[in-house]
Amino acid sequence: MDRLIQLLKENGRHSVEELSSELGIGADQIEKIISDLIDSGAILGFTAITDPSKIDDSDTVSALIEVKLTPERGGGFDRLARRIAKFDEVESCMLMSGGYDLCVVISGSSLHNVATFVAEKLSTLEGVVSTATHFQLKKYKSNGFLAELDGSGERLPVSP
Amino acid sequence: MSFNDKIADKVKEIPRSGIRDFFELVLGRDDVISLGVGEPDFSSPWHIREAAIYSLEKGETSYTSNLGMEKLRKAISASVQKQFNVNYDYRSEVLVTVGVSEALDLACRALLNPGDEVIYHEPCYVSYDPSISLAYGCPVSVPTRSENNFEVRAEEIEKKISPKSKILILNFPTNPTGAVMKQKELQDIADLCISKDLIVITDEIYSELVYEDDYNHVSISSLPEMKSRSILLHGFSKAYAMTGFRLGYSCAPAEITEAMMKIHQYSMLCAPITSQVAAIEALENGSKAVEKMRQDYRSRRDYMVSQFNDMGLPCHMPGGAFYAFPDIRGSGLSSKKFATDLLDTESVAAVPGDAFGVSGEGFLRCCYATDINLIKSAMKGFKRFVDSLK
Repeated sequence: MDRLIQLLKENGRHSVEELSSELGIGADQIEKIISDLIDSGAILGFTAITDPSKIDDSDTVSALIEVKLTPERGGGFDRLARRIAKFDEVESCMLMSGGYDLCVVISGSSLHNVATFVAEKLSTLEGVVSTATHFQLKKYKSNGFLAELDGSGERLPVSP
Repeated sequence: MSFNDKIADKVKEIPRSGIRDFFELVLGRDDVISLGVGEPDFSSPWHIREAAIYSLEKGETSYTSNLGMEKLRKAISASVQKQFNVNYDYRSEVLVTVGVSEALDLACRALLNPGDEVIYHEPCYVSYDPSISLAYGCPVSVPTRSENNFEVRAEEIEKKISPKSKILILNFPTNPTGAVMKQKELQDIADLCISKDLIVITDEIYSELVYEDDYNHVSISSLPEMKSRSILLHGFSKAYAMTGFRLGYSCAPAEITEAMMKIHQYSMLCAPITSQVAAIEALENGSKAVEKMRQDYRSRRDYMVSQFNDMGLPCHMPGGAFYAFPDIRGSGLSSKKFATDLLDTESVAAVPGDAFGVSGEGFLRCCYATDINLIKSAMKGFKRFVDSLK
């Protein structure tokens, strides 16, 4: 199971047949394990990891927002954090230790859209004390993948 | 001016490497999918490269001790103890070299008198035969066969023993066949070496890269009474993907190490310090990266070998290294003709087996330390080519 998850984390496009021959488990069983993982929420989804600079929608902007919250009696940060996470603009949302509470990564089709989201949706929520928005300039690595491939161009075509 | 009469006879006698002939055929073509390499397709793990960079930044650019940095020799001694269960004293029994190739050359030159015979199993790494010859020894090959998964048997070695036999070279897992040896058969060879007073050079360069869960790699040097007659050669090129760092080592009894060191100090002085620092990092923190690469190689091996068998090229399951060695005799073509035609029609390069000795004829060496998608394309090309011969 660990190895299956590791293989899928490396490449979500592995076919059931490939996984089956790699792990020596029947294809039917692989299919069942994966659907169980999805049903239980252990696997949240499959996605393509992209380099925005090489994709045509290069107007897309992405920002990391530091959010300070007032915790609530009983629920702490959970209720408000879940509420923020539900916005479509929010790509990820994490509770942090240190100088602020939530790290919210959002993307929008323009600078204006992101600014509007922060000004009108996020900072107006009751319980949000302050926000600090950092725009992403360039992506070097994402989800374990380097944006520029490691050089291996000089390999001889035939060697002993 | 012709230099033909100036070049040393010994060098003229050595034939050109079959690998080099094939290399020149492939060179200059950029459309080729190459399974012809003898190195990993991974770059060295970043933490190892970073350690080398940091060492340069700190200005570590001097000579080191001839034997190699003490810290590295200590780490090698600990690593060999852990991996092979043999204890070598880092002060007198460990020598850091420029790759296993240098260590092999040193061992041959340190031990051989003109006419001494060196036995090795074939098909094998291309430099055994010339390294022996250049040290004025006589190479004596023992052919191995696909029926035995290219393992070598004590009785086959025994047939080649003469009063002049001095050294036996073993290389398991083997380049180019991927063969591995079980402990029982290895013990038979050890017994033979003891009874015939042979020294064993054991080239362990692929020893981390073994794939079967129930297989435990054993070095002949770890068997009873064998340490005192063994030279264990190992290095960082294959398991740590550090081929270009050119770093290897030998572990041998102090007197032999001293003799090898004598040559090394005059010819090489020491291995490059940057590579030695990188090697320390590899031994201290590299095992996770090795394991990751090993698992990747295993799935590529399984895929490639099953493809060859499915398309009608019988291929034994190699227990180690990163080469498949399919049998192409059913095609009616020689290794060279098969490889050349495959290159011409499908732009797939695989090394003709006879480059690794005459007993490699009828086979091809295909490296699976190659990107899986390239392997998939190469296998399609192979299949089309094989089908076209039917």
